[in-house]
Amino acid sequence: MKFTVDQNSLTDGVNWVSRSLSTRPIKTELLGIKIDATGDEVILSGSDLETSSKAYFKADILEKGAVLVPGKLLAEISRSLPNKPISITLDGTRVLVTSGSAKFTLPTLSLNEYPNLPELPETTGTVASDTFATAVAQVAIAAGRDDSLPTLTGVHVEINEETITLAATDRYRLAVREFSWNPATPGFSTSALMRARTLADAAKSLVGSKNVSLSFAPTTSNDRLAGFSGDGKTMTSRMLDGTFPPYRHLLPTDSVTTAVVEVAPFLDSVRRVALVTDKTVPLRLEFKDGGVSLEAGAGEEAQATETIDVLLNGEPISIAFNPVFLADGLQAVGTPFVQISFTGSNKPAILTGRTEPNGASIENYRYLLMPMRYAS
Amino acid sequence: MSADEKEESTILHVDMDAFYASVAELDNPQYKGKALVVGAGVRGVVLSANYEARKFGIRAAMPVGRAKRMAPHAIFIAPEHQRYSEISERVMAIFNSYTPLVEPISLDEAFLDVTGSQKLFGTGREIAAKIRAQVEKEEGITCSVGIAPSKFIAKLASQHCKPNGMLEIKSDRILEFLHPLPVRAIWGVGPKTAESLDRLGLHTVADIANTPRSTLIRALGDATGESLYELAWGRDYRDVVVNEPEKSIGNEETFSRDIDSPEEILREFLRMTEKATARLRDANLFAKTITIKIKFADFSSITRSKTLPLAIDSTHETYEVVKKLYVALRNDGARIRLVGVSLSNLQEDVPVQLELGARERGWREADSAIDKATARFGRASVRPGRLIKPEKESDEA
Repeated sequence: MKFTVDQNSLTDGVNWVSRSLSTRPIKTELLGIKIDATGDEVILSGSDLETSSKAYFKADILEKGAVLVPGKLLAEISRSLPNKPISITLDGTRVLVTSGSAKFTLPTLSLNEYPNLPELPETTGTVASDTFATAVAQVAIAAGRDDSLPTLTGVHVEINEETITLAATDRYRLAVREFSWNPATPGFSTSALMRARTLADAAKSLVGSKNVSLSFAPTTSNDRLAGFSGDGKTMTSRMLDGTFPPYRHLLPTDSVTTAVVEVAPFLDSVRRVALVTDKTVPLRLEFKDGGVSLEAGAGEEAQATETIDVLLNGEPISIAFNPVFLADGLQAVGTPFVQISFTGSNKPAILTGRTEPNGASIENYRYLLMPMRYAS
Repeated sequence: MSADEKEESTILHVDMDAFYASVAELDNPQYKGKALVVGAGVRGVVLSANYEARKFGIRAAMPVGRAKRMAPHAIFIAPEHQRYSEISERVMAIFNSYTPLVEPISLDEAFLDVTGSQKLFGTGREIAAKIRAQVEKEEGITCSVGIAPSKFIAKLASQHCKPNGMLEIKSDRILEFLHPLPVRAIWGVGPKTAESLDRLGLHTVADIANTPRSTLIRALGDATGESLYELAWGRDYRDVVVNEPEKSIGNEETFSRDIDSPEEILREFLRMTEKATARLRDANLFAKTITIKIKFADFSSITRSKTLPLAIDSTHETYEVVKKLYVALRNDGARIRLVGVSLSNLQEDVPVQLELGARERGWREADSAIDKATARFGRASVRPGRLIKPEKESDEA
């Protein structure tokens, strides 16, 4: 095997497949990136058996062949090389990587032991890559991180003809985002549960392509795989088992109070006030006509208070939130203003975005947040 | 606090001399000057012995039977815990009149930080003398005080000047005082560590101080190796911590016979969880750290713990954690003689993060109802279904 490729294509491809490598794989071969030089393109593959990725790029192929090399090492080398053509050659049991006067030798791993990676399921539709990345990021933030509750570490993907609804919850907050896409076949609907971290990572890395193709293996298939692909990049990932909790009925439809606040100063204030306490200590908020006051800490602990402007509609309300969860939501709405709708001090609040303080709230993203209260 | 301020000898370790025995002498003046031992019952242990009794080799924690053989003429007195608590409380109040920074270690021992009290009451040494005089005058018993720049050295100093003495170790004399001492003098060196040190040929504190830090870490593990090295150079940066709330609440039980069935083991864990969490709720506390302990038939034991992001107090939630910790051990049929559950990292008023879709009345409310019923009708009145012993099983079944 011998080929020459420019540094950008190689690094881009290696970075993409590296995401699927595990640091503690169940077998050594899974530490490797497979390099396959065929025809006029090179295919890189990486997998941890849950998630598998491939990158395709054009190269000047002098000799066909395939080889398995340590993935992390290849990634570090390709990143460190200057932006010049790189030549990769199999020499016996070693791989030579040369660029200008720089020369590296990599050991090879046994290709025979490398598993066959799953094929990308048939494309079920496409969506603009930036829409997809934003939506996934807005929702993934609410996913659980506790691996003992695997269902809650996922993002629920529900496709209903031309609308996709993403949802994630860690039981303390729930983020729901809707967006339109272009299904390949009309009248298509399905649902899937994907690991939030994997999905967010893939969506973010595919922003370089204009569109992202999504593919979901049919619910009847034995191997429940979903695929994501952009220009020269594909990824398949196993869906999570388990049933995502029904959540729509949890979203309150009416509210007693709505408050509109400018996000940037509010977010700064939340972070500053929360500085004085542990991150699980509640931030107390009092929404009144004159403004919203924020307070954290009590008794002999450090205390902090601040007041910022608010546009209030309805009864004044006092409520307490986990400051990290609140900051996550304020950041996720992605608009200059946020509307917070309350149904009570011990009831969920809903954050939605507003572009103008007096404009309508943008309902395609809702971040529901449960308050905190003192036990005694 | 900066290192410079720490240079001064302003940490006091106050230790009552043979506390229980001294109280017994105080209450029974006719025994003064005679060998006196607090601890009763043939199967009991010696809680305290006065200095006359110690001359015969009697020490605390020794079986009473053995102490009687060593000094048959000694006077043995049953302990009066109520009385010790009362006196202890008054002595601690004396300490508190010199500094708010009092860290009680037990009924008869406390650390004091008098750094901020010097303008009012004089140097550490002068304060120590005042405290010793006042305790003796007001309570009729004596104490010994170590004065040093750190807790570690202050405690060593008080042990060195007992009984009824005081000793100040200034910072420039620490190494001279510390280095000739045996390794056992260092805080945290128990029989096991001492044995490991002995194998390395390290017998005195100086030996440890002159051993490379990396060697100690290799031989004793990260935490122990590191802290031994630091202490051997007299470096101890722990502050005097006021009034630590109850450190942990736990329950454990040795079975009448070893058990190995997973159902039975989990049932015992549930029983221990129920007892420990009831005590927790009774004290109005919440626990962030849950620890399980298992002792196997061969007396080896292991503990596993988990620290949660938010403290809890319900039987149900705690048991969920306990169960997970036990299951993660993959204990495969090993015979077990004891299980225990302990709750630590305790907090008082804990904010509760409400959960989506949870019922408004949850496990907390259920537990509080159960606790009320138990208080009124006894432990067996309301309990988890799995802990109810089946009625005598029918033969026909």
